[in-house]
Amino acid sequence: MPMATAPQAPPSWPLVRLDSARKYFPIRGGLFGHSARYVRAVNNVSMTIERGETFGLVGESGSGKTTLARLIPGLLRPSGGRVLYDGRDIARTHGGELNRLRRRMGIVFQDPASSLNPRSPVRASIRRPLDLQGVRGREAERRVLETIDRVNLGREVLDRYPHQLSGGQQQRASIARAIILNPELVILDEPTSALDVSIQAQILNLLQSLQEQIRLTYLFITHNLSIVRYMSDRIGVMYLGKLVEVAPAEALHDRPFHPYTAALLSASPPLNPRLRDRKRYRLEGDPPSLISPPPGCGLHPRCPFAVEVCSERTPPLVEAAARRLVACHRWEELTLKVGPGA
Amino acid sequence: MASTGGTRPPRRSPMRVWPLVRVALGNGQLVVGAILLLVVLLIAVFAESLAPRAYDAMDLTNRLRAPGPGMLLGTDQFGRDTLSRIIYGSRIALRVGLIVVVIEGVLGVSLGLLAGYYGGLADRMISFLTDITWALPPIVLALAIVTVLGPGLNNVMIAIALVSWAGYARLIRSKAQGLKNMPFVEAARALGESDLSIMFRYILPNTFGLIVVVASLSLPGAILSTTALSFLGLGSQPPAPDWGVILSEGIRFLYDAPFLSIFPGLALVWTVLGFTLLGEGLRDILDPRMKA
Repeated sequence: MPMATAPQAPPSWPLVRLDSARKYFPIRGGLFGHSARYVRAVNNVSMTIERGETFGLVGESGSGKTTLARLIPGLLRPSGGRVLYDGRDIARTHGGELNRLRRRMGIVFQDPASSLNPRSPVRASIRRPLDLQGVRGREAERRVLETIDRVNLGREVLDRYPHQLSGGQQQRASIARAIILNPELVILDEPTSALDVSIQAQILNLLQSLQEQIRLTYLFITHNLSIVRYMSDRIGVMYLGKLVEVAPAEALHDRPFHPYTAALLSASPPLNPRLRDRKRYRLEGDPPSLISPPPGCGLHPRCPFAVEVCSERTPPLVEAAARRLVACHRWEELTLKVGPGA
Repeated sequence: MASTGGTRPPRRSPMRVWPLVRVALGNGQLVVGAILLLVVLLIAVFAESLAPRAYDAMDLTNRLRAPGPGMLLGTDQFGRDTLSRIIYGSRIALRVGLIVVVIEGVLGVSLGLLAGYYGGLADRMISFLTDITWALPPIVLALAIVTVLGPGLNNVMIAIALVSWAGYARLIRSKAQGLKNMPFVEAARALGESDLSIMFRYILPNTFGLIVVVASLSLPGAILSTTALSFLGLGSQPPAPDWGVILSEGIRFLYDAPFLSIFPGLALVWTVLGFTLLGEGLRDILDPRMKA
C-alpha cells in the first residue's frame, strides 16, 4: 500500500514529493525513560507539490499539518518513508548540500511576534540569509531594500526591533526574510491566523501578488477553509496524521468525496444566507488520540457512514477521479454535497 | 537610493536606557544595594588615600588597642591598624567576587547552553554532572578541591567556581530548551545557520537578562565562600588583609579584643548585603517571572 500512489520516477521531478512519509515522536515514560509508545504525527503521507502551484493543507489542530511542513526543509527528520525536494532525499542530505537545498525554500510561521530574533534589528534579520550566502555590502543592502519594498514595508522599520512593530509589520518582515534569496518554495504555516481579520486580507493579497511577481510555489497550511479556497490550486485534507483527500480547490468544495471533508466544509459558516439551512454533516465526539489511533479508518468512530469494514481495514489513498485522491472505503457509494443546491 | 537607507546603522537598543533607569530608581532594594556597593567600590578604589596606615605596618608598642582616637577600629596583636586592613581588604573581596562569578558564569552558561540546545546524550551527561555538583555541600567540596590544588587565593577562587556553576547551568539549560523551539530559531535552522551560530547569535543574547540576574545573586555567595576558606586558612595567607584572614586571627582574642572580629564581619555583611539587594532588585526589574 505505501507505494500505491507513488509511480515510477517521472522524467521531471515534482518540486516536493512525500513517499509514505512518517514522523513518530517517542513518548518518554517509565522508570528508565524507555519508550514503547509514539505520537504518530504524520503517518504514511504520500503527496506531491508541483512547481508554481499553491497546495493548501487543511486539518484540525493536532492533525499533523505543521509536522508535515517541518519535514520538507529537514527541520525534522522523517521516521520512515522519504521526503524528496526536487528529487533529492532530504533525510540523506547533510551539511552544505542540505543548506543549498534549504536556500531554495522559505518558511513563514504562525506567530509573527516570535518569528524574528528579539535581540536583532529587523534589518539584521532580513539580511541574515544574504550574509549566510556570502552576499555583503552594497549588494546586500540593495536587495534588503528591494525586498522590503516588495512586501510593502516602510524603510523606517529596518532599524527597529521586532517588538516595536505591529503584528502585520512583523509578518511582512518574516515574509521578506523568507523570499530574499528568491526561493522556489515558500512554506506558509498558518501565516495569518495570529492576525486581525483586516490585516489577514492584506497579507493574503500580498502573498498572491508575490506569487505572480516571482513565481513562487506555496505550501499553505491553515485550518481556515475559506482562506484555503481563496488561496489554493489544490487542497489536501489531513486527519489524524493521514491525508484523507486531495483535490483541486473548487472540486473539493463542490463535491467532497470524504465524509471528513464534508464535515469540515459544512462546519464553516456559509457567506450566502440562503445556504444557512443546507445539509450539515456532523461528526460525533472529539478526534481520537494520535498515540493509539483507532484501527482501520481513523474516522470510523465518528463517521455517520461507517460500516464494518471501516474499523477493520485502513482505506488506501486511491485515485477517485482525474487529479483527485481519496482515502475512504465508501466514497463511491456516498454522494456528499455541501455547497449551493444541496 | 540604496545609500540613503543603507548608511543608517541600527542605533536603538532593545530597551531604551532612560526608562530603565527610572524603573531602577523606583526599586528600593536596587537603590539601597547600589548605594552600599558604591561605598565599597569607592573605598576599594581610593584605599591608599583613605587608609591611615599601610595594611601591614606593625606597631609593637600599640598592640590590641581598643578603638579610639588615632586607631578608629583598634589594632591587632602586631599593632596593625584594623581600619586600614579592612579598607585594603575590600579590594580582595570585590576582586574575588567578580573573578569567581566570571569563571563560574562562563562554565555554567556554556554547559547549560550545550545541554539545553543539543538535548539527548549531551544533556543527560551535563545534567548528571550538574545534579552531582548541586547535591554535594559546596564548602566541603571546595575544601576537597583546595586540598588537592594546595592553599592560596587563586586556587580557592577556582574551587569556589567549580562548586557553584551548577545554578547557571540549570537555568540556562531550561531557558535554552524553551528558546530552541521558538520560530525564530527554527527559521534560523531552515536558513542553514550552524549550531554554534544559533547558540551564540540567537539563544545566548536572549538569556542575557537571566545571566545578569544569576550572576549578581551568586556574587555574595562567592565572596562569603572565599572568606570562609580564607578563615579556615586555605585562601589568602597572612599578612594579606583578606577579611577572612582578619577574622580568623581575631578569633583568638575574641574575649579581650572582640572588635578585631566584629568590624571585618560588619564589612563583609555590608558588602554581601549590597550585592544581594542589587541582585534581587535586578531580578525584579529584568526578569519578574523569576520572583520567588
